[in-house]
This record gives sequence, C-alpha cells and structure tokens, in this order.
Amino acid sequence: MSEALSLDPLVVGVVLAMAVVTFVTKVGGLWLLSRFEVSDRLESGISVLPGAIVIAILGPELAEGGPAEWAAAGLTLLVMWRTGNILLALIAGVVGVVAFRALA
Amino acid sequence: MTAGNQHRPDGEERDDGEPTGRTVTFDRHGVRAGFLTTLPIAVGVGGYGIAFGVLAARAGLSAAEAALMSATVVAGASQIVAVELWAEPIPIATILLATFAINLRYSLMGAALQPWFSQLSAKQAYGSLFLMADENWALTMRDLRSGSGRGAFLLGSGIAVWTFWVGSTVLGTIAGGVIGDPAVYGIDFILAAVFVALAAELWKGRSSLVPWTVALVTALLAAELLPGQWYILAGGAVAGAVEVIRYDE
Repeated sequence: MSEALSLDPLVVGVVLAMAVVTFVTKVGGLWLLSRFEVSDRLESGISVLPGAIVIAILGPELAEGGPAEWAAAGLTLLVMWRTGNILLALIAGVVGVVAFRALA
Repeated sequence: MTAGNQHRPDGEERDDGEPTGRTVTFDRHGVRAGFLTTLPIAVGVGGYGIAFGVLAARAGLSAAEAALMSATVVAGASQIVAVELWAEPIPIATILLATFAINLRYSLMGAALQPWFSQLSAKQAYGSLFLMADENWALTMRDLRSGSGRGAFLLGSGIAVWTFWVGSTVLGTIAGGVIGDPAVYGIDFILAAVFVALAAELWKGRSSLVPWTVALVTALLAAELLPGQWYILAGGAVAGAVEVIRYDE
C-alpha cells in the first residue's frame, strides 16, 4: 500500500497522458465540426462504444465466476434499476456475494 | 461523468432554442446558474467517485495519484476501466487506447454545443469543455436549448461535478485503504458490481441489444484466443464496427 501523498513519476505520466487523450476527445468534436461533417452512421458506431466496452469487461469476468457471483450480479442490477443509487447497488452486490458464497 | 446517459446530439433537428442572432453571454451569472442547477446531481456523481477511489486504492494508486486522475481526466467510466486494467508493469498503450475509445463520444457531445460555443472565445469554449462530463453536458444542452444564452453554464455545471468527483475520489481511496484483505468481505466483487451498475446506466433500451450481444460474444471468444486484455478493446471495436455496418437496416 503506497503512502497517501506519494506520486510515482511513471503513474503521474500515465495519468497526464490519459488527461491529454481525454481532452482531445472533448474538444475534438467542436474543433472538427467547423471543418468536416460527422456522418450519422459513424456517430451511431461511436455512441455504442462505452456500453460495449463495459460489457466486454464484465462478460469474461462473470464467466469466470460461479452461481454465487451471477446471483450477486443480478441483485446489483435489480437494486440499481429500482433505486438508481450506485452506493446501495454496490452494497447489495457485496453483501449478496458473501451471503451466496456462504450458501454455496 | 461516469457512464451517464449517452444522449445523442440531434444532428439536423437542432431547431429549438438555436441562437438566431441572439448573443451568447459568458459571465458569472451563467456560472452560478450552472453550478446551482447541477449540485443535486453532483452529489450522485459522488457515489461513483467513492467506488472509483476504492478500486484505485486496490489497484495500488495512492490517494494523491487517484485524486490527480479525477482532477485532470474528469471522465468516470474511462477512469474506472483504467484502474481495472492497472497492473505491474502498467499496460500504458492498452490504457490509453481504452481511454480514447470510451471518451470518443465526448466529441459528439462537444459538437452539439457548436451553435452556441462558436460565439465564445477559444479560451472560454475549450476551457469549459475540459470540465464536460455526461451529466453537466445534458443539463447544459437543456439550458441552452431553452434560449437562455448562458454560455458559461457548462463551466459552472462542470465545477459542481468536478468538486464532488475529486472529493469523493479521496474519500474512496481512504476507505479502500482501511478495508485490507479484499477476498474476505466480498470486496473482490466490487469491481464487477461497479460494471453492472455502469451497464444499467448505459442501457439505452432495445437499440443496445445487438451491439451488447456482439461485444459479449467477441469478448468471450477473444479472452480465450488473445493474450492479455485485448478482449476488452476487441469487444468494443467489433460492436462499433457492426453498428456502423448495420446503420441502414
């Protein structure tokens, strides 16, 4: 566990590179629009990326788990849908996985 | 901020509230209106900030490093994915590619602000865009379309989100440091739970079904066939490509 205030130069470098990449995406649209037209076709492809990447991470991770993890994921989803509250959903998921593992 | 709702910019149908000859202002009243309107939603952003902080601490980042990321990147979903990918040695190329792919939607959102932001100075426009996240962008579009002409709304709105995002990140890293051995209390499940919650927010109804199925199948196959974590980018890339191809259907 690193000290709370420690700043590793390599970590800082990666973080700042992430910041630059993100800033380019944020200002890129406004900058490009005065020069090129973004087609609706390309736009629809770009707009599915965040959800697709989240699913691409989650799928193999859950596939490696078992019934206890799947049930806990279902519980997390249910609480998130019903309450829209991320903290409640996370607590339900974590408490759920402990309980389901104890049952298994 | 986090994943947020991916409201699609309206393309041609940008008719309501478009500034026809009306001047767009950039003053402290706009900043104030944006800040106050966004405060309740910024508190909700704090929930993801705490989760991000816990995950960042588990990935080995210090509180200062995690806070620096939240303060300079200001894009929740990509930050959560980055700490998920974090390893020793740091897979820099994968992290930067994933960050770019996840945040590419901001280009579309920024482009939707063009009718108003083209009337601001470059410093005002690009400075405000640094703080653009899903939540404050959506609120800003609503305000500008109502014809308020408050060009500084995004800046004020962004300041509210940024403050809670950075503050809750620090709280999360402290909580993550206290927790200790992860497996015992189901803490190893937090990451999966965060992604389930992100997915729930990103779900856009039936239109998400095909790209998500494609991403899932691609990722499961690629996880078997490819080394490292290329399955993440493969899932995103194939889903995006399929969406572009089937656009006419």
